[in-house]
Amino acid sequence: MELALAYSVIRLDEKMLIEAAGRLDVKLTLVRMEDVSAQAGERPVGADAVLDRGISQFRSFYFLKLAEDSGIFTMNPSEVVRVCGDKFLTTSALIRNGIPTPRTSMALSPDAAVREMERIGYPCVIKPVVGSWGRLLAKVNDREAAEAILEHKDVLGGYPHSAIYIQEYVDKPGRDIRAFVVGNETICAIYRTSEHWITNTARGGKATACPVTLELNELCLRTAKAVGGDLVAIDLFETEKGLSVNEVNHTMEFKNSVQPTGVDIPGRIISHFIEKARC
Amino acid sequence: MTQDCPVCGADITNNGLMMNELVPCPECGSDLEVIELTPLKLDKAPEEKEDWGE
Repeated sequence: MELALAYSVIRLDEKMLIEAAGRLDVKLTLVRMEDVSAQAGERPVGADAVLDRGISQFRSFYFLKLAEDSGIFTMNPSEVVRVCGDKFLTTSALIRNGIPTPRTSMALSPDAAVREMERIGYPCVIKPVVGSWGRLLAKVNDREAAEAILEHKDVLGGYPHSAIYIQEYVDKPGRDIRAFVVGNETICAIYRTSEHWITNTARGGKATACPVTLELNELCLRTAKAVGGDLVAIDLFETEKGLSVNEVNHTMEFKNSVQPTGVDIPGRIISHFIEKARC
Repeated sequence: MTQDCPVCGADITNNGLMMNELVPCPECGSDLEVIELTPLKLDKAPEEKEDWGE
């Protein structure tokens, strides 16, 4: 069976996966998505199973669709990319499955968004439906700020910004939790601590080990099932009512989490991929 | 084997680099991408897009 890792650029995360495959004596063919073209229904690559490590959600989705339609096993599948790559589809999947998540609204014009934010109350948060690494998140403290941000989105944003995702602001204790699910296990978790309200490690949040409690494991497994993902990184808030799922990531970045957790995350990913691909 | 950084001209050594690997220039910090291995050739890394990420 030929196994492939599909990528656009090789970051440290991908390099760690390739090195893990080497340690496990697994041959991985590297496929650069930008080199791929195929007729619909025909195989875009020679491999039998593909591990998606694309950096572009849009490109990953179509690559995975091409692969799946020609009978290639994919991890994660395109549907997981579609759901996790769109914050509102993620919220929708969480709510349908009874998973606690911050109160979220969708508004379809700047005027409707202002009305919704007045209803939710300030501060609240506007997020682009597509995006990562804390890009273009806005904490909105009052109506004047809301109107300014929405005007910028309306004038400068592309069509995805016409769908305005609004979330209640969750007052975190200076940190949130990122948990890593591989198959049927939450293999490890980190606290991401920052004085800034955005705690992403891509934005300077510090990673320290977080114990995987029964509550955390159970909620993460339910979340992974809700979005259909075998390999997902889940961001959670600690609230007075318990844990609340904020976002789910389908191409987990783990380079900053191996050292603080002591868990061989890339090795676990490769082992799980092989196990499922051979089923 | 070394190659000049296309932004600042600093020497960058190939210590086990891979095709399409992202490498920060140790001098100017620019993000670079390996576009050829033999001989080593680097270019500025692609700019971050709106749909990039996890």
